Amino acid sequence: MFDAALHKPATSTRFRSATDESPAARWALIAVAIGGLALLVGAPLVIVFAEALSQGWAAAVASLASRDAQSAIRLTLLITAIAVPLNAVFGIAAAWFITKFDFRGKAFLITLIDLPFSVSPVVAGLCIVLLFGANSAIGGWLVASGYPIVFAVPGIVLATVFVTFPFVARELIPVMIEQGRAEEEAALTLGASGWRVFRTVTLPNIRWALLYGTLLCTARAMGEFGAVAVVSGKIRGQTATMPITIEMFYNEYLSVAAFSMAALLTGLALLTLLLKTALELRHADQLAAVRRH
Amino acid sequence: MFLRPAAFAIAVLAPAAHAESLLNVSYDPTRELYREFNEAFAAHWQAQGNDAPQIETSHGGSGAQARSVIDGLNAQVVTLALASDVDQIAASGKLPEDWQSKLPHNSSPYTSTIVFLVRDGNPKGIQDWGDLTAEGVEVITPNPKTSGGARWNYLAAWAWAEKNDRDPAEFVGQIFANVPVLDTGARGSTTTFAQRGIGDVLLAWENEAYLALAELGEDQFDIVVPSLSILAEPPVALVEGNIANDEQRALASAYLDYLYTPEAQAMAFKHYYRAWDDSAADPEDVARFPDLQLVSIDELGGWAKLQPEHFGDGGIFDQIYVAP
Amino acid sequence: MSSPLVQRTAMPGLGLSAGITLFMLTLVVFLPIGALLWKGAAFGPAALWDTINRERVWAALWLSFRLSFLAACFNLVFGVIVAWVLVRYRFAGRRIVDAAVDLPFALPTAVAGIALTALYAPNGVLGGLVDDLGWRIAYTQWGIWLALVFVGLPFVTRTVQPVIEEIEAEVEEASATLGASRWHTLRHVIAPMLMPAALTGFALSLARAVGEYGSVIFIAGNIPLRTEIAPLLIVIQLEEYNYGAAAAIGLAMLAISFTMLLAINLIQIWSRRRIGHV
Repeated sequence: MFDAALHKPATSTRFRSATDESPAARWALIAVAIGGLALLVGAPLVIVFAEALSQGWAAAVASLASRDAQSAIRLTLLITAIAVPLNAVFGIAAAWFITKFDFRGKAFLITLIDLPFSVSPVVAGLCIVLLFGANSAIGGWLVASGYPIVFAVPGIVLATVFVTFPFVARELIPVMIEQGRAEEEAALTLGASGWRVFRTVTLPNIRWALLYGTLLCTARAMGEFGAVAVVSGKIRGQTATMPITIEMFYNEYLSVAAFSMAALLTGLALLTLLLKTALELRHADQLAAVRRH
Repeated sequence: MFLRPAAFAIAVLAPAAHAESLLNVSYDPTRELYREFNEAFAAHWQAQGNDAPQIETSHGGSGAQARSVIDGLNAQVVTLALASDVDQIAASGKLPEDWQSKLPHNSSPYTSTIVFLVRDGNPKGIQDWGDLTAEGVEVITPNPKTSGGARWNYLAAWAWAEKNDRDPAEFVGQIFANVPVLDTGARGSTTTFAQRGIGDVLLAWENEAYLALAELGEDQFDIVVPSLSILAEPPVALVEGNIANDEQRALASAYLDYLYTPEAQAMAFKHYYRAWDDSAADPEDVARFPDLQLVSIDELGGWAKLQPEHFGDGGIFDQIYVAP
Repeated sequence: MSSPLVQRTAMPGLGLSAGITLFMLTLVVFLPIGALLWKGAAFGPAALWDTINRERVWAALWLSFRLSFLAACFNLVFGVIVAWVLVRYRFAGRRIVDAAVDLPFALPTAVAGIALTALYAPNGVLGGLVDDLGWRIAYTQWGIWLALVFVGLPFVTRTVQPVIEEIEAEVEEASATLGASRWHTLRHVIAPMLMPAALTGFALSLARAVGEYGSVIFIAGNIPLRTEIAPLLIVIQLEEYNYGAAAAIGLAMLAISFTMLLAINLIQIWSRRRIGHV
């Protein structure tokens, strides 16, 4: 990686352009970036896959075929499939509200949207238990009516939505601020309906940010542990998500099973990230056009 | 918009609670035992002419598990590390105050004790509780505030100090001053000691220590049995408040009663628990337990008194540990 | 002062977007956090203060916020470097580096904690190396810092990256033409442009680190006054069935985080205005 040729397209000349750093500085920055990421991110990743495959592919694959593992995978996919669309809709609505209108208390509202990031996942779980637990007014009534929230799928969904709450909105807001309102206003003046403006003017402009936020949200939703641990009840085969199951396997000295599950989860997340990269590559021209508009 | 698909999802995902289902909420080190026990019990239950039961288990820290049951986790049976955790569930009204008298042996079908796990050859020469306070000895134990097992560790040290004319608070404080890593659970401590190579001695459940030997290498660690330890009684109970109907009550009762049969007791011995009835057990499983003086929790004053006094907010543990 | 709450514009969708935003905020943020406030209020202000005003709680809060701040500072500098390298330079493996930045979002926190501990424990690959130098990472404050850096790593890079892409070459060329050195251009032209986005990333990284539990707990050591983080104190109170005290510490953390985030968001809106965006 280090001996790769350094060149900047279009400006790769023998003379250093005034807007480039010296080659030494460039090398140093690249080395810092790659070295830091290798130590912080690469090494843990290698550990996960090395542990998963420590007894060969067969053992790793077999451990994922167990009943507990299968139901955990299904549950995590289900939770993600519910939580991510909810967050995407919220993110678009919140970004539209915040960037297309002027109102007082905007910083306050943005801070409220950020808040779930700074709430410890454990506290988030506690909040949900306090609100919907069997000992609360709402929770008691729901349990009596046969719709338990905590220790069931709705509670896990709620915890997941909570911890991933800001992702989409946070990606969209800066992009939509950057883009301003002129295009939408022009379209409206020409008589387009609100939905049409959103579909044909706004959406093409924000789709990359939307895609990026949604993919991050997906990756994070699949991996959430702390908040889900509090509200899941950890019932094998019923409310144990993939991260919960990883902890269970690890605690049972089933190291290969635990790390295989972790590798699968990481693989799923990597897949979403690769998907993002692939889309970016394929639509690089459009993307560049959007960014340069 | 939000509740509907979720409720639908439950219906698809989890079979509706029918009479033949049972949830056993347990603590961390019993995973291996109950996995085997559940299979044996299911076979036994079917052999009596019943439909195959659907038995689920949940494992975690004893206190956290009890709290989940209080907050509505629908457990028909709890099998926890400490009687005081079941007392907390009883205080919420889900089971009668006198639950512990409902089953034999204080509702504890199996018992255990606290022993030391040291590195191979015992390089620091640790033989008894008194050696743990020596200069330079690193002791690994979980946090008594978050781990049921660690409360037994703490009380065993306390009992030893009382019998040996040491100031118990000062002595236990000295042990904890030698702790470099305080994990939140028993399995976490075992990992820190065995796999991360931290510490000279691990205070552990006897069953955990044997399991660690079996799983992580007999040639790396030795078990040291102190002169005195505590009789740890992990209790089991039927959660009356979560029983849906008579069929489920029959199943839950049969589940707990089966724990006391010779077959189940043999299983407990096999998983390194000190059970009561060794008639069906492999003699080797029984013989491996060394004799040692065991102090019961009642000799120390009982959980109702010990729990708030030692482990409550601002209790003795908080005082001796945080004081610099 | 007499300005209306929402200024009238021709833009459609006010009712719908505000409705969805407020509905979701209510369900996901207000109600659960309201339940926490309710619990704290029921606990009583005197008991709340007694719970928080202890040496051990202050030590844990100080540790959590200090290390989160230091981790966010590292992420700020490192994140900007990574973003710069990814946008401006072409080198083999750039796409891999780009994808790697997001990994801390994707790796479950518990797995990250176990993997980092295995690596940086004294008998781990990297921990062993530094142990020879007499430096311990796992089970010290360094370990906590490392885990917090890990969880907050992607934020700054991801917020700054699009802004660097937007910078027009003309700006830098103009600056160079006017005789500014490269360093001068970077400091006085580029840095102010990156500031709002970098601050957002910093705020998110900080906020995320403060609440982190899953990955830290494995590597922290959890010794009171030394390596015990505030979220662990909440868990400890919960183990004692002490919901009120848990809510008290949770509220203290929430109040500090909220104030910090609000301050950063205000600075950011202010600096955007000053630079002329919006």
